Amino acid sequence: MIEERPLYIPEQNIVLEHNHEIDPEQLDDYFKIDGFAALNHVLTEMTPPEVIDQLSRSGLRGRGGAGYPTGLKWQTVAKAQGSPKYVICNGDEGDPGAFMDRNVMEAYPFKVLEGMTIAAYAIGASQGFIYVRAEYPLAVQRLKNAIRQMEKHNYLGKNIAGTPFSFDIDVRLGAGAFVCGEETALIASIEGRRGNPRPRPPYPAEHGLFGCPTLINNVETFANVAPILRNGAEWFASIGTEKSKGTKVFALSGRIARAGLIEVPMGTTLREIVFEIGGGIPDGKAYKAVQTGGPSGGCIPSDYLDVPVDYESLLNLGSFMGSGGMIVMDETSCMVDVARYFMEFCMSESCGKCVPCRVGTAQMYQLLTKIVHGDATLNDLALLETLCDMVRTTSLCGLGQGAPNPVMSTLRYFRDEYIAHIVEKRCPAGVCPVHKHVQQEVSA
Amino acid sequence: MQPISTKPTPPSDDKRWRIVTATMRRHGFRPDALIETLHSVQEAFGYVDDEAMRFVARGLQLPPSRVYGAATFYNYFMLKPQGEHTCVVCLGTACYIKGAAEVLEQLQLLTGVKPGETTPDKKVSLLSARCMGACGLAPVVVLDGEVNGMASPEALTAKVEEWTHHD
Repeated sequence: MIEERPLYIPEQNIVLEHNHEIDPEQLDDYFKIDGFAALNHVLTEMTPPEVIDQLSRSGLRGRGGAGYPTGLKWQTVAKAQGSPKYVICNGDEGDPGAFMDRNVMEAYPFKVLEGMTIAAYAIGASQGFIYVRAEYPLAVQRLKNAIRQMEKHNYLGKNIAGTPFSFDIDVRLGAGAFVCGEETALIASIEGRRGNPRPRPPYPAEHGLFGCPTLINNVETFANVAPILRNGAEWFASIGTEKSKGTKVFALSGRIARAGLIEVPMGTTLREIVFEIGGGIPDGKAYKAVQTGGPSGGCIPSDYLDVPVDYESLLNLGSFMGSGGMIVMDETSCMVDVARYFMEFCMSESCGKCVPCRVGTAQMYQLLTKIVHGDATLNDLALLETLCDMVRTTSLCGLGQGAPNPVMSTLRYFRDEYIAHIVEKRCPAGVCPVHKHVQQEVSA
Repeated sequence: MQPISTKPTPPSDDKRWRIVTATMRRHGFRPDALIETLHSVQEAFGYVDDEAMRFVARGLQLPPSRVYGAATFYNYFMLKPQGEHTCVVCLGTACYIKGAAEVLEQLQLLTGVKPGETTPDKKVSLLSARCMGACGLAPVVVLDGEVNGMASPEALTAKVEEWTHHD
């Protein structure tokens, strides 16, 4: 089902290196791609501040979406008072349309764990957790297997590789709550509680798991660590754009000829991604938008296909890097319907702790439902915009703060579609109930 | 500190409780073992009922309200027995764009139940999922744990009818 893809533009593999050559269940195979070379080098020849310095100079930023500088985060946790310290890998990939971390955990479990172990050495942690969605059983199985083999070969456990450094990793399963991708909710979940987020500060770097200083990074971030320490900060910093270094793995899906995972240097344009690597839109249909950033992201129209993709440019376009899902939509998708889809998602996944998110998402969903049924007025649209602003600015965590984004970005680029539903009582793409009502009337 | 509890008494002599107790013991009967323990209950019994929640609460020395709060917060935990077969329709974005809503509608018509419900004859449970992470195969339906990509309503109809009529 997945065809070999001719390389129209070069992909660059740092995270997904040597894709087909290693068995992810065999530690010996990991040596073939320089496995544990970085860890051995770090433990025997580098001090923790030197490791953090390398990371900082590489320019690596958090691959979970927000793009916080990784080196800076490590440094904050390293300096934080309190012990023990913890390392957590966030593998709760909840954005619909994102399957990068799943693939990385399934195909390169050792690499992720090696990254975590290096992080633990750098910040002075002795216990790590990798939090994985229960919906990813193969990833869980391979990580557990990798941990066992690493323990056996003394890459985890006491006195790793004969040095005084000791570190253990445990797998923790998610249980189907999207909000647990938020770091404070994830910590609550590891502590065995409901996944309710809490206000920050204090940040987990100072007050995290069990109240101790905690480093949380995403799967892909940890997968970049060993290559950076193997090849040097300068090598990594030479790839990408001025502010976004290295590569990014994207999950291409939706109305696209070649769906799948790709890894490209930061700064690759959407046009190259969608039309050259992804092979464009099938069935002779026209491109309408690409959705990035999941339920906190936005839809990018064809006018901006030539913008280089990095953290800042996507924010400027009213979207969000997110974890890397890219869902391509053609003329058969209605942007109002898509906005309503994401609002339903946020409404259902809201943990209910703060009022703006719990009530606001429900109200916005009802307004969007009125619009798709052709029952809304222009006043409803104004109300929707007011609510977007309120929920964005007053919600407790990223789920609520990001929830209005799909509406705001579709209003920004596809306002005419909203107007068509409200004023002309028609759905330009022909998918909403308002369209079906009209058809029934015509045929009656 | 409360003294660490020793082995709690299971509600019945069903051997599956040993698996649950073993999970709690592995975590030293600490409260942070709650979610891992609920996973182990669900794996052993297929669902988490009130009796199991009370047992877990005693074992981890937690108020039953906290166990109930966690079990109901997380969508993954089933509070009722499931049907003989399960059918999970992915409603992730890629699947949605490729017609998952129609697939789900078809299955609802066919089984006569809504997502989250089980047919009265206990044959089929219909469920929806946020995203299975198999977006390249959209729309995706998972039948008895097996991922079916590019699902068509016709093929699904055949499968579900087989479940409801022939076994």
